[in-house]
Amino acid sequence: MPESFLNFKDSGCSSVEYRASPQRMFHQPSLHRSSVCSTFCTDGNVQECLLHITQEMASLGLSPIWVESTRPSELEVVAVLNCIHDLIQLHLKDLRALENMEVEQLKSNSSIDSLQITSTQLKEELEHYKRENNGLHERERQLQHKVKSLQHGLKNEKEEVQKLQSIISTRAGQYNHEMKRKEREFDKLKERLNQLLSDKKDRKQAIDVLNRVGRADGKRSLWKTEKTEAKREEEMYKTLLNDYDNRQRDLLQENAELKKILQQMKKDMVSILKSKKSTKTDKFERFQKEDDDDEEEDALNSTKHSVELFSDDAREQLTNGVRLQWRRLKNHMETLDSKVGELPDRDYSSVSGQTQEQEMESLKLEIQKCKDFIQTQQQLLQQLSSPCGEEVTLLPTKMQQEKERLEGEWETLEEQRQIFDRERSNFTEAAIRLSHERKSFEENRAMWLKYHFLNLSPFPDSNKPEMQSSESPFSIFEAENNPGPAAENDFHSLCEGSRTKAVSASSEDRRQ
Amino acid sequence: MNFSELFKQSNHLCKVSPDGKYLATCVQYRLVVRDMSTLQILQLYTCLDQISHMEWSSDSQFVLCAIYKRGLVQVWSLEQPEWHCKIDEGSIGLTSSRWSPDGRHILNTTEFNLRITVWSLCTKAVSYIKYPKACQKALDFSRDGCYMALAERRDCKDYVSVFVCDDWHLLRHFETETQDLAGLEWSPNGCVLAVWESCLEYKVLLYSLDGRLLSTYSAYEWSLGIKSVAWSPSSQFLAIGSYDEKVRILNHITWKKIAQFDHPSTITKTKAVVYKEEEKRPALSEDLSLHLNSSSSLFSSQSKYEILSLPVHLPVVKPDPERANPKIGVSNLVFSSDSRYLATKNDSIPCVLWVWDLQSMTSVAVLEQTSPVRCFQWDPRQNRLALCTANAKLYLWSPGGCVAVQVPAPGGFQVQALNWHNTGHSLVLVGKDQLCLCYMDEDQDQDQD
Repeated sequence: MPESFLNFKDSGCSSVEYRASPQRMFHQPSLHRSSVCSTFCTDGNVQECLLHITQEMASLGLSPIWVESTRPSELEVVAVLNCIHDLIQLHLKDLRALENMEVEQLKSNSSIDSLQITSTQLKEELEHYKRENNGLHERERQLQHKVKSLQHGLKNEKEEVQKLQSIISTRAGQYNHEMKRKEREFDKLKERLNQLLSDKKDRKQAIDVLNRVGRADGKRSLWKTEKTEAKREEEMYKTLLNDYDNRQRDLLQENAELKKILQQMKKDMVSILKSKKSTKTDKFERFQKEDDDDEEEDALNSTKHSVELFSDDAREQLTNGVRLQWRRLKNHMETLDSKVGELPDRDYSSVSGQTQEQEMESLKLEIQKCKDFIQTQQQLLQQLSSPCGEEVTLLPTKMQQEKERLEGEWETLEEQRQIFDRERSNFTEAAIRLSHERKSFEENRAMWLKYHFLNLSPFPDSNKPEMQSSESPFSIFEAENNPGPAAENDFHSLCEGSRTKAVSASSEDRRQ
Repeated sequence: MNFSELFKQSNHLCKVSPDGKYLATCVQYRLVVRDMSTLQILQLYTCLDQISHMEWSSDSQFVLCAIYKRGLVQVWSLEQPEWHCKIDEGSIGLTSSRWSPDGRHILNTTEFNLRITVWSLCTKAVSYIKYPKACQKALDFSRDGCYMALAERRDCKDYVSVFVCDDWHLLRHFETETQDLAGLEWSPNGCVLAVWESCLEYKVLLYSLDGRLLSTYSAYEWSLGIKSVAWSPSSQFLAIGSYDEKVRILNHITWKKIAQFDHPSTITKTKAVVYKEEEKRPALSEDLSLHLNSSSSLFSSQSKYEILSLPVHLPVVKPDPERANPKIGVSNLVFSSDSRYLATKNDSIPCVLWVWDLQSMTSVAVLEQTSPVRCFQWDPRQNRLALCTANAKLYLWSPGGCVAVQVPAPGGFQVQALNWHNTGHSLVLVGKDQLCLCYMDEDQDQDQD
């Protein structure tokens, strides 16, 4: 606004271009009344001012102040006064309107303010009521829940009441039954009492036995004395003690077995964990420590094993040890399970996966090999079965050759056998002959010795002619002796001959 | 399996002697003793009136015949048939009579449980025991026969007296912490006495031989409690059957519950085999004469066991809640001789028998019969259970399987009770007024159905 005012001031008469809004102009005079009035018209630009003003009046719809027909320099005072009056009226009207509008604006502002206030109040109230509503809903829900639980409780209570009622009724029935029974018995007693009182003959108790019977075990019964009473007590306590002894023995046995089982379990668990630990490498240190612990425990246990774990400490240690191992085993299993579920990004799983893959591949290779093997076998079998015909024809010729060769050998062997048989028979004959001859030789010798012995005399002369005659048996003996060696020689020659024959036969064979 | 012919008996009184050689039966007022192997009558005794109770002595030399009506007890000897003994209780009456373990004393309980008279056959002496309690099981002898436990009631309090059976000397007398003692039982090793309350309160007390209280066990309050109690033969377990249809097993070391067996009416998840007896009526052929010749087969039906698949719904008989001693709960518990198996019956499902394995503490078999099970007993030598349901069949269960055998007895013989011979080679089947013996063929294997 200050800018437009300055423009107006600068332009002066050429304010045709400037058509500020009438409102602004009217606003201005209220603030800058004194400055506007004086500088618009000067002595020089009266005509222009007049023109300008008439134009403006025309534009405003007021009567013109100047008509061109009259003299240009003189103004119609009436018209001017009318114009001024109109302008003043307009101005006043505008002022009034402005005032009204200001008042209205104030009014509307105040109403807006009041409305705003009421709206915020209402909003607050709305919030408040909403909260209240929620709270009431919540309470309703809780109450419903409570109602349900109470109903449920009521149902339970009803059921219990019914149950108790049934129990009461059964108990009442039982009591009534007992009471009736007792009453009946009472009545019977009364009757019996009456009967007994009125009964004349009182039948007494009696036993009528033909003869007394001996005790089943043959013993005689004892008098009741303190000694027997004490003995009875003793026997009773003995039976009780025996029973407790037996029970304790059984329990000890059971305990020992259970302890053994526990120890075995612990050992197994330790061994399992140790074998698992050896496969893992990055957790080596931790396991090493645990290994040390295990070794310590094992050492302890081995020393205590012989003591049979009777003390409480040993028992506790055993149970704690088992628990520890079991926990370790569980953790181990859990880690294994978690690894199975994980993606194969980590080293262990990839390693294991790799090993698994390797194994799979090796197994596949093996399968392939086996298949190939089976195929080759099948082929061979086929080959064997299909070209069977050719081989069959080949075989006989080979076989025949073999056969002929074998037959030839057989013949030669037969010949040899026959030769040997003959020679053997010869040998036997020769042996027999030899034995005969030996026998005869022995007999002759014996005879000669006898003769010689008998003919022995201290007189050599007398015996001489006899000696000569005695020589004859000796000569005969010698003559007879000779064939012995001769027979022997024959025998030997025979042997040699046969040996040579055998040698020749064998050499012939070899040549063949 | 061979069956003998039928013999007469009355009152279900037929018992095998403890040495297994003789069978004694009562027919009205006669006592018939037969040889077990040949079933020939060895002795025949005549009593003065109808015999109410008969019992062998422990050395199988004597038989006791009690006539409650007349208050008489007659004892017969097997060795000397001419020997006789008659005990007359006089005006005091007689409600029960039994042998002592040494076989030479007779204990008579007088009427109204006034006292127990101990008659000695060796000395003709009489002893009296006062204030015995009138309850389900007031008197029990230990298995070795050394001690007797008796429940007494004086001044509205329960006591237990322990007597030495040799000379009836009172060893111990102690008060029990019970309101109303219902029964007592020695453990098989004779060192522990189990004492239980009446069904109004679930309470089991365990006393040692010298009268100290070892432990108390109570499973629950207010509802009806214990119905039956059984020791295992090894004394390791105490089985308690109660009105809540459950069996609880206590162990002998801590006397705490180690297992609980339920008997539900619907079985949905179990590893046990569920057998169901299926009856098949034979088709009548046109030639009726054949059927009429064997009259029993016309009306009899063949039974076979089928194995059912889960889930199984068992037939429940709802008990009358107004009456006393309602038919609900485990009423019968029997252990096998090696303590491996337990057979139980729930009264609200009376046609079904449960067999439990105590090694695994689970049920092993559930047998559903066509009629309520009357009696079941284990073979004393092996794990074989015989049961009967008041029809003409005998049922046997073993871990290998289940078999239903028709008893080839004429005239509508119904097996109401059975007793094993102590060698396990034969069974005595007791009907209404007849009995039959069943000889097990040990070479055969059991069929599995």
